[in-house]
Amino acid sequence: MGMTMVEKILARASDRKQVFPGEVLEPRVDLAMSHENSALVINQFLEIFKGTGLEPKVWDPSRIAIIFDHRVPAESAKTATNQKKIRQFVRQQGIQKFHDIRGDEGGICHQVLAESGYVLPGYVVVGTDSHTTTHGALGAFAFGVGATEMASVWTLGRVLNVEVPATIKVNLRGKIPPFVGAKDVILALIGQISAQGANFKVLEFHGDTIRRLPTSGRLTLCNMAIEAGATSGIIPPDEETWRYLRTECGLTEPNIDLFPDPDATYAEVVELDVSTLTPMVAFPHAVDNVKPVEEAYGIPVDQIMIGSCTNGRLDDIEIAARILRGKKIARTVRLLVFPASYRIYHQALDKGYIKDLLEAGAVVMNPGCGPCLGVHEGVLGDGEVCLSTTNRNFKGRMGNPNAEVYLCSPAVAAASALSGVITDPRQIELPLIENNPEED
Amino acid sequence: MAKVVLTLGDDISTDHIYPGRYMATVLPAETPQYAFADYPLNKKLNSGQIPPESIIVAGENFGCGSSREQAVSALKGWELVIIARSFARIFFQNAVNLGLKVVICPTIEAEEGDQLEVTEDAVINHSKGKRFPIIPLPAARKAIIDAGGLIAYTRQRLLAERKISS
Repeated sequence: MGMTMVEKILARASDRKQVFPGEVLEPRVDLAMSHENSALVINQFLEIFKGTGLEPKVWDPSRIAIIFDHRVPAESAKTATNQKKIRQFVRQQGIQKFHDIRGDEGGICHQVLAESGYVLPGYVVVGTDSHTTTHGALGAFAFGVGATEMASVWTLGRVLNVEVPATIKVNLRGKIPPFVGAKDVILALIGQISAQGANFKVLEFHGDTIRRLPTSGRLTLCNMAIEAGATSGIIPPDEETWRYLRTECGLTEPNIDLFPDPDATYAEVVELDVSTLTPMVAFPHAVDNVKPVEEAYGIPVDQIMIGSCTNGRLDDIEIAARILRGKKIARTVRLLVFPASYRIYHQALDKGYIKDLLEAGAVVMNPGCGPCLGVHEGVLGDGEVCLSTTNRNFKGRMGNPNAEVYLCSPAVAAASALSGVITDPRQIELPLIENNPEED
Repeated sequence: MAKVVLTLGDDISTDHIYPGRYMATVLPAETPQYAFADYPLNKKLNSGQIPPESIIVAGENFGCGSSREQAVSALKGWELVIIARSFARIFFQNAVNLGLKVVICPTIEAEEGDQLEVTEDAVINHSKGKRFPIIPLPAARKAIIDAGGLIAYTRQRLLAERKISS
């Protein structure tokens, strides 16, 4: 009987020929990622060893990644002390994939993992972050877990309680129109299937749209799979996957041939024609409250954020820079830009995008999660409205329950920065967008 | 039998349960003070007006969003019971791992102040005189609960493995 991508990966990681949705397995973990919440993971890890007489030792320090990104540099003494404890633990245990607050190799965990080549197709990846789904873009089964579950993985090298998820096949057809991007595709999909439409299931992406989509956009798609409740998003690896791993991470050849079987069983098949898609906006306070940008046109905004694990990659910054180049953002808005990693920051510097953004009036911040989760920079005031390329707009998300967050693509965000109100980027005259040799 | 102290709609996220601005606080002993920080319930909890085993009734997809375990440890700290029509996956697994009592009851109807009883297979709303069937936990999750949570369960497994290898 045929298997889906995730069924195949779980079978392999559990030494099984065949697995079925609903079965409970204990798959081996190829990569275990955490960020500042490692402080809690460490606490729980030490608890596990308490009273056993055994020395607390992680199962494999080469398979653990710890990246500081949620509160960098530390916003409080509490965070700084937690980060200090984590550094000590990293040294003590010999954890190799550690990314501290540094301008050469730091950044948001999901971007750092992808661009460092830590994730390969076929891997089982767990992360103490719900957006771990991002790594499905590289053909891995990647899902979020809690800190105690991570402590258990650090101890045993396996996840103890994985129910094989059913898979929803998502067929994306057609060419994405100009000024529309992967973010609009995933917002449209979430709007269609709802915030719980994929609960306990996997979204497996197929179709000609995917084959043409660069890894950057694939990361955006899989990143937001969790916003439909999915355990993970996943894209079968292809030439583009290997191109990305070769050029970004120096991988020399494919590690594995892994595709879903043609006769795999899917719980559901969802079709989406993207050729007529318009830029989309998720209204407060739900990610599935999605409407075409036309219906948001003219809504005044106080703060705009471009960045995050969803939309902080080079092509995201590039479209913003092109829209803003030689212009000034409205006096009524603050534009905050957070590149997803320092590698991207350096690339954006080299290409002149950072200068374009600064000259337009944007504030370019250090790579990290920034205002996305309301714990650090860019908190909103009472009654303020933020337009953001991040992935969540729950009430209180950006640190103030009396503020509102709208979600959109970098193109909508940049166009709106010029006017100070939510704006359709297709209405902006842009001679510079033509004839870009890097596109297509 | 226990009282419903809060009723909620669908898609209540972990940002509602434990706002991101308190995420630097991680230890289970310290998180309960911020449970539902932006709701009036928070004051009632912190002033000792809510007895253990009190019930929160929610709609679909309770606990969606972030994987932050604080959202579970904060509720566990007050020994609350969560009855929801459905749960988001990570929250549900975290609840099992930490021993927060969660009940999946797809048709539950209740108002604040109602007296509910949770039995093996149903939630009985004594105030309304109605009975709502529940979906039992899968066996693998029950094993974690029976062991006293994932820390104890992992400890058992660790000791068993070390015994075999030595």
